[in-house]
Amino acid sequence: MQFLISMIINPSVLDALTDEEKAAIGDGHGALLAALKESGELITTQALVDPSQAAVVSVRNGQPVVTDGPFLEAKEFLGGFYLIDCEDRARAIELAARIPDAAIDGLAVEVRQVMFADGPLNA
Amino acid sequence: MTTTAIEDLLREAAPRVLDALVRRNGRFEECEDAVQEAVLAASVQWPEEGVPDNPRGWLVAVASRRLIDQMRRDHARRERESATATDVVPDVPDTDDTLVLLFLCCHPALTAASQTALTLRAVGGLTTAEIARAFLVPEATMAARISRAKQRIKAAGSSFTLPAGAEREERLRVVLHVLYLIFNEGYTVSAGRELHRTDLAREAIRLARMVHAQLPDDGEVAGLLALMLLTHARRAARTTASGDLVPLDEQDRTQWDRALVDEGTALAAAALAGPSLGPYLLQASIAATHADAATAAETNWAQVHALYLILERIAPNPMVTLNRAIALAETAGPDAGLALLATLDTDDRMAGHHRLLSVRAHLLEKTGDTAAALDHYQRAAKATASLAEQRYLRARAARLRT
Repeated sequence: MQFLISMIINPSVLDALTDEEKAAIGDGHGALLAALKESGELITTQALVDPSQAAVVSVRNGQPVVTDGPFLEAKEFLGGFYLIDCEDRARAIELAARIPDAAIDGLAVEVRQVMFADGPLNA
Repeated sequence: MTTTAIEDLLREAAPRVLDALVRRNGRFEECEDAVQEAVLAASVQWPEEGVPDNPRGWLVAVASRRLIDQMRRDHARRERESATATDVVPDVPDTDDTLVLLFLCCHPALTAASQTALTLRAVGGLTTAEIARAFLVPEATMAARISRAKQRIKAAGSSFTLPAGAEREERLRVVLHVLYLIFNEGYTVSAGRELHRTDLAREAIRLARMVHAQLPDDGEVAGLLALMLLTHARRAARTTASGDLVPLDEQDRTQWDRALVDEGTALAAAALAGPSLGPYLLQASIAATHADAATAAETNWAQVHALYLILERIAPNPMVTLNRAIALAETAGPDAGLALLATLDTDDRMAGHHRLLSVRAHLLEKTGDTAAALDHYQRAAKATASLAEQRYLRARAARLRT
């Protein structure tokens, strides 16, 4: 079963962390990544640039219009994700709990099963 | 020989070659890698240079050479002793120890995902790339999974022998479960997810046939093979050309594969005469009862219900109760079916499960409670992770709205 584990970040919460705390998050992701690669459960993981760098693209009257993002007027944004292939939902939740973000107030980790997939990752 | 014929030959030979290697050298982990390399080499060389006179001997020779190379590298030996495997075609024992291999690949220390992957590679003779494609993961992910599985087996200190007594029985159940999972993976595959060279359902049937050939008197082995054949027989009828699901009662039964139905029915009937009655044999008997009816209306629902009742007693499971509710609704009316479904509401495993929602929708529709049926079809459509099923449930809902 494939799951997307999304990391929902709040830039102001991240900014308020100490250097040690930031380093601990990095180490936590590193350890999880290594474990997922070794167990054969990792498909890919990606982290996104700061939401302030987003471009919102819309098409009006056939013309593309580009404005500065982010689109959502929210404090929280998608920061990155893990795409995993594991035994079942319980295992996906167990893995999500090992993401360091899950232990920090104001950040969240969300698990959703993949319903359709295509592209070179599934070649 | 055609490429397909060569591939068939390779896949049949692979477990025997692996068996021969492990018997001589031990080291399942390294032997399995060596056989994989030999099979890959053969799949490149044989179509161009022709199949050797003794294909299995060739594979054993090449795999042995790879194994020796690997052992040399491992031990950093520098001796100039030549690998005798290059010149001598060794004897390959003709005993088929596929079972021993299967038991090893389905080691209880492994997760189901690892058991299926390793079984397909070591016993099925599929390449890592093919298994990765079948399970829609990158090859590196699958390679890591297989490698981890082999390390676990090594760490568990498994010997290359058949376990005895109760452990053997238990391990055989795991093997059958793994074959069942492989079959299901192939059976539930949706459009656009076809395997390139092979097909998981067919592969599972092939492996089940091998186990059945070794254990012809085991009722559950026969039952599982019969269940697969009877289910596979419906393949052409269960989806439309555009990939939409066709439920059992709407399938064109003339499209069912008669040869598979006959074989599965005969297998199940013969096994039913035996001393034991297990879950696979019961499920095969249910499938055979459906296959017996020329049209859905002629289904012997009383017999289907009785079989589910026995299944529920020997292997209690909410999914079985759910299926029994469908049969009960046919014999005693939809309200009786709904009453049985209500007993599942307190089961955590079923809370919000799309199957419970969709069966309830179906039975509500039969009682004439259109509004509640519509609501349940819509909730079921949201709950499922299968696109084809979602399309089907939405279509059922749309039918009620008009």
